[in-house]
Amino acid sequence: MADFWNDGDPIADTAAPEGPIENRWEKRKFSAKLVNPANRRKLTVIVVGTGLAGGSAAATLAEAGYHVKSYCYQDSPRRAHSIAAQGGINAAKNYRNDGDSIYRLFYDTVKGGDFRARESNVYRLATVSVNIIDQCVAQGVPFAREYGGLLDNRSFGGTQVSRTFYARGQTGQQLLLGAYQAMERQIGLGNIEMNSRHEMLELIIVEGKARGIVVRDMVTGEITTEMADAVVLASGGYGNVFFLSTNAKGCNVTASWRAHRKGALFANPCYTQIHPTCIPESGTHQSKLTLMSESLRNDGRVWVPKSASDCQKPASDIPEEDRDYYLERIYPSFGNLVPRDIASRAAKNVCDEGRGVGPGGLGVYLDFADAIKRLGKKAVEAKYGNLFEMYQRITGEDPYSVPMRIYPAVHYTMGGLWVDYDLQSTIPGLFVVGEANFSDHGANRLGASALMQGLGDGYFVLPTTLGNYLASGPYEKIGADHEEVVAARKQVEDRIAKLLSINGDRTVDSFHRELGHIMWEYCGMERTEEGLTKAIGLIRSLKEEFWQRVKVPGTGEQLNQNLEKAGRVADFFELGELMCIDALHRRESCGGHFRAESQTPDGEALRHDDEFSYVAAWEYATGESAKPTLHKEQLEFEYVHPSTRSYK
Amino acid sequence: MDIQVRVWRQQDSSDKGRMESYDVKDISPDASFLEMLDVLNEKLILDGDDPIAFDHDCREGICGACSMVIDGVAHGPEKATTACQLHMRHFKDGDKIDVEPWRAAAFPVIKDLVVNRGNLDKIIAAGGYITAPTGAAPEAHATPVPKKDADLAFEAATCIGCGACVAACPNGSAMLFTAAKVAHLGLMPQGQPERDTRVLDMLQAQDDAGFGGCTNMGECSQVCPKGIPLTLIGRLNSDYRKALRKQL
Repeated sequence: MADFWNDGDPIADTAAPEGPIENRWEKRKFSAKLVNPANRRKLTVIVVGTGLAGGSAAATLAEAGYHVKSYCYQDSPRRAHSIAAQGGINAAKNYRNDGDSIYRLFYDTVKGGDFRARESNVYRLATVSVNIIDQCVAQGVPFAREYGGLLDNRSFGGTQVSRTFYARGQTGQQLLLGAYQAMERQIGLGNIEMNSRHEMLELIIVEGKARGIVVRDMVTGEITTEMADAVVLASGGYGNVFFLSTNAKGCNVTASWRAHRKGALFANPCYTQIHPTCIPESGTHQSKLTLMSESLRNDGRVWVPKSASDCQKPASDIPEEDRDYYLERIYPSFGNLVPRDIASRAAKNVCDEGRGVGPGGLGVYLDFADAIKRLGKKAVEAKYGNLFEMYQRITGEDPYSVPMRIYPAVHYTMGGLWVDYDLQSTIPGLFVVGEANFSDHGANRLGASALMQGLGDGYFVLPTTLGNYLASGPYEKIGADHEEVVAARKQVEDRIAKLLSINGDRTVDSFHRELGHIMWEYCGMERTEEGLTKAIGLIRSLKEEFWQRVKVPGTGEQLNQNLEKAGRVADFFELGELMCIDALHRRESCGGHFRAESQTPDGEALRHDDEFSYVAAWEYATGESAKPTLHKEQLEFEYVHPSTRSYK
Repeated sequence: MDIQVRVWRQQDSSDKGRMESYDVKDISPDASFLEMLDVLNEKLILDGDDPIAFDHDCREGICGACSMVIDGVAHGPEKATTACQLHMRHFKDGDKIDVEPWRAAAFPVIKDLVVNRGNLDKIIAAGGYITAPTGAAPEAHATPVPKKDADLAFEAATCIGCGACVAACPNGSAMLFTAAKVAHLGLMPQGQPERDTRVLDMLQAQDDAGFGGCTNMGECSQVCPKGIPLTLIGRLNSDYRKALRKQL
């Protein structure tokens, strides 16, 4: 097994201050070097990505006086995929007087992450959570309010306190528009140079420091090198390695992966989150999956037929005694409200047994018949009307009369580039924020925490820690003719030329779908040593085939959406392999993933804190056949002591 | 089902462009309109033809990227639905469907169905924000907002910036887009200090960017995938008049 990687030296987060956890961020803020306001405009910062993390970072850095160059692949910064987040954003405001506190949010997040996140980072996140809400309200984000005019809160994702702020089912949209508008203000003032429809294709490192990026103008195809004093990646997660996910079609790992190939360690790549209540695939044309709020499980009952032979029948023809309400059966105390990972895995298991329903047998019923009987159709409509409407729009079925069909889908990736407490990667001057880094969610992210982390990083953490780095600048100006710059540019040009020259007989999407299928089967919710080993072999040979048979039409000097996709899929192959290696090495069930060899006698996830209480930070293997190197960052739990979950 | 699509093909901004017909065979009624185009594109690529370029991203009706006129209607025949959320079950076997880009002076075509909507961002940059630098915010509960105002502000803020309103308007006006932002921010107490300058500056930017004037045709609201009401334009005009008067 160890044939797949080398063991390297341990790694440590040297940026986090010591002492009582509640003082660490204050301490770091005070120890961070400051940049004289007059000097800030001489310093240039590149920010890649304009979601919650990148948008908030770009706006804040520009307000502080830095010269910011922002890049996004969309036609407008407002379209970054944070826009699609539905549920809400957590903050330890304790407006409900229900016993919430910064400490409790910290505690819940560390525990929710299944003890695979850093305490220092999570405590800071909980601390800044209250400032985020203040900031967003000041920007005019139209959060839901009570009749008295104060902000409304709800309990979300099984927490016992109501700390989630929301704007109907469009919280991500409203928060992102807040950040986007702050950005546009800075664009209007000339403090941010905005480059939409530009894709980062390489990182430029000079004398060991991140000094710029190579970008492609997606309209003209022009390749340029962009220099700066520091580079911030806010390029999101990599869920699209699975092809089908709830991510937007353009979401990709390329910016992160290019940085990884240049030396930035990639941490916990196998930590992905799979959401149980998505609308199932309807056929081979399926291009993405749509999430429905898991609040649906509050009133819907999950079932499949007891017998596989009933699966083709309409649900109404299956009598009560022939239905298997499997979550209620296996988890009598939590029933349909078991956590995301458990609900997801159980759904896949019954479908793998051949008891799935709908096209391809990839679905389970979520039935509201009882709820409608108990509460009345009106009450159900009041609670879930918009979700039912969305479901009907997509599937053409009326969930008031036939049960919904749901299936799990990849939703979020906890892994990402390794960063220290300052959010700096292992490459000096390269900072990583939001979903693109690995830092705060451990092995499993709690609901309504992604928005909190993205904005926490961008509005409050990065501006302080990046300032500390920039205080040692401005760094020596680097010209476009510097050998490292020329080399990085050539790498990009060569790769594009290669992709265009293959002119094979398979489309990019056909490869991507096949890769996604391998990842879902073997590196999804349940993993085994045998399956992962097999997956690595499959990915390697598919990658080889890709580089021989892919057909990318058109040229590099025009808008070429297939060329864009080809470059991203090429990187997904390499990431997919690393994800499988990471999953293989982690011989424990933890967070969102179940390692079949590591379970309790009654089939529940079994963590191994003695062996695996660390962050797995991978170093890229140079050369074709070389193996990645594993660096372990040991995790210490001084405040929240590891415990085991039980939902039976 | 089998259908035929007639699609606007335009190599780049300098090309004159033309409609081209393609047969799409055996498409599932459960496929979305964009998935139908994906299927067609896969075939075009393997046949050695140039696939159709179109903007899309989230494919769940919230990012606002998708932008095509389907059978003469921005986002197609379903009310309050983006093209990505339109499914083939709304068409029938044998249908001939026209697909064109947003057409407006302020949205030049980049390629095929892809247009440049950067001018919408310029309207926001001119004043579609509340000035609130990070770190300066007061405690969130310091200013209560009446629920009615907050709800109305939210309705206006659901605009996804897709530009369908502009594409549908005979004048190519962005009035509904601008009005939605003016209403969202103008309804919040935080938005009051900049209320006058906001509406003046945003309308100026709208004119400067080459969008047409509003003549109350109401097409914009009809095609808006988020159902932004036409009444918001009345609200904008009222704000605009007040702001002008104060300038005198």
